Amino acid sequence: MNVFADQVFLLARRSVVRTVRQPANVLSPLLFPMLLLAVNSGGLEAETKLPGFPTSSFVAFALAVPFIQGALFATMNAGTDLARDIQTGFLNRLSLTPMRGIAVLAGQLGGVVALGLAQAIVYLAVGLLAGVHIAAGPLGVLVLLVFAVFVALAFGALGAFAALRTGSGEAVQGLFPVFFVFLFISSMNIPRNLMEITWFRDVATANPVSYLLECVRSLIITGWDGEALALGFGITAVITVVALALSSWALKVRMAR
Amino acid sequence: MKTLAVARGVAWRTLHNVFTNPSLLLPSLVFPLFFFTAFAGGLSSVRNVPGFGFPEGYTAFQFVFVLLQSAAFGGVFTGFGIARDFESGFARRLLLAAPHRSGIVLGYGLAALVRWLLTASVLTAVAFAVGMHVGGSGIDLFGLYALALILNVAALLWACGVAMRFRTMQAGPVMQLPVFLVLFFAPVYVPLSLLQGWIHTVAVVNPLTRVIEAGRGFMAGEPTEVGAAFAAAVALAAAFSFWALRGLRKAEAAG
Repeated sequence: MNVFADQVFLLARRSVVRTVRQPANVLSPLLFPMLLLAVNSGGLEAETKLPGFPTSSFVAFALAVPFIQGALFATMNAGTDLARDIQTGFLNRLSLTPMRGIAVLAGQLGGVVALGLAQAIVYLAVGLLAGVHIAAGPLGVLVLLVFAVFVALAFGALGAFAALRTGSGEAVQGLFPVFFVFLFISSMNIPRNLMEITWFRDVATANPVSYLLECVRSLIITGWDGEALALGFGITAVITVVALALSSWALKVRMAR
Repeated sequence: MKTLAVARGVAWRTLHNVFTNPSLLLPSLVFPLFFFTAFAGGLSSVRNVPGFGFPEGYTAFQFVFVLLQSAAFGGVFTGFGIARDFESGFARRLLLAAPHRSGIVLGYGLAALVRWLLTASVLTAVAFAVGMHVGGSGIDLFGLYALALILNVAALLWACGVAMRFRTMQAGPVMQLPVFLVLFFAPVYVPLSLLQGWIHTVAVVNPLTRVIEAGRGFMAGEPTEVGAAFAAAVALAAAFSFWALRGLRKAEAAG
């Protein structure tokens, strides 16, 4: 068990160090979501005057978006780094060592989760500085950070699966627009009950990203909403389990000894 | 005459590359449609905000922004192609072969224009298919598309200047991010009068605000700020012409 933990720790540290050494990989997930938050919260502040809008602050409403958007960046980072390990032959060299395959995956995802947590703390700090009050209180903040970690793990595992299957960083990058579509066709900018176009509301309702956003949003705006939390954590758990199972299978194929 | 021949050759090659390569063509077609869907579809209830008052509805309101955005990003996407030409070494061979090098910039500009015309046609067809109302006359719409066309040229010239200075695809964010910021620091979702706080202050001094507001005026058949909008768009195109030609000189000097 200690050997396995050492292996995971070493690879997680490598994953974090490698990310930190590429400023673009650290700054993009921090700056881009904040930029979008600033633009949207400024441009859509008037939306809070709509009857039935859940809060008088659009920043509070939109603060959920960076948490999910940051996870998308985590997917790209995890996938691209793993794909580079495949392309450079690092994974092949690892397969010649006694390193357990699952440690490679756990280590890689450990780095992603660490970065995801750091991002979530920054997003939260920016929100608090902008005057957002977290309705669920200090415990809600803790739950929010735990959720951010889970979401980073879920999306990171998806990125790892894509990298292991394709072995190409470009293919992983090509997934970004797909995830972006999921983000935009969701309740990202407006609550689902205020969407007038029926087909758009139906698509947003079928889109799991809506429930991830609403889970974060419930802690910020509503307080403790059992249904939103259950849906958010439940969907994240399903994505995590499926993505991890697929990644483990793909890793076995990739590291055939 | 030689300048035109160079421009024709560069434009033909760029368009041939784009139209025969789906990975280059599709993003510039799909992204505007996607933004149109996400904004006009998802945010349509914003028209109920007190004081919104755009008579043709939210679909037409957002169509103008997305059309102008597609024009700007059409120019930027062509800029990516210029950077790619430098990375592959093709642009250097082009610099050696072209008798009048300003024709190279003109050629990329023509290609960006044709490329955007395709995007604009698809976007317009989809907008009419989903029932967009137009209050303006044919002349008003001509004004709207003329504004978009000038914006397309201005964005291409900006991206061209960046591509010729950096000569690498890694300069992509430098081409893209300022355009993204200038577009989104304008009244994207609601009219200028409904913006509040810092974004209102920024939008008031943003030259693209004039262009977007005038475009929406054309769409509604109530032209507004037309002179200021065309002056802003032409000024941007003129300034970036200078920027692109200086970039060309820098690329020549780099060898």
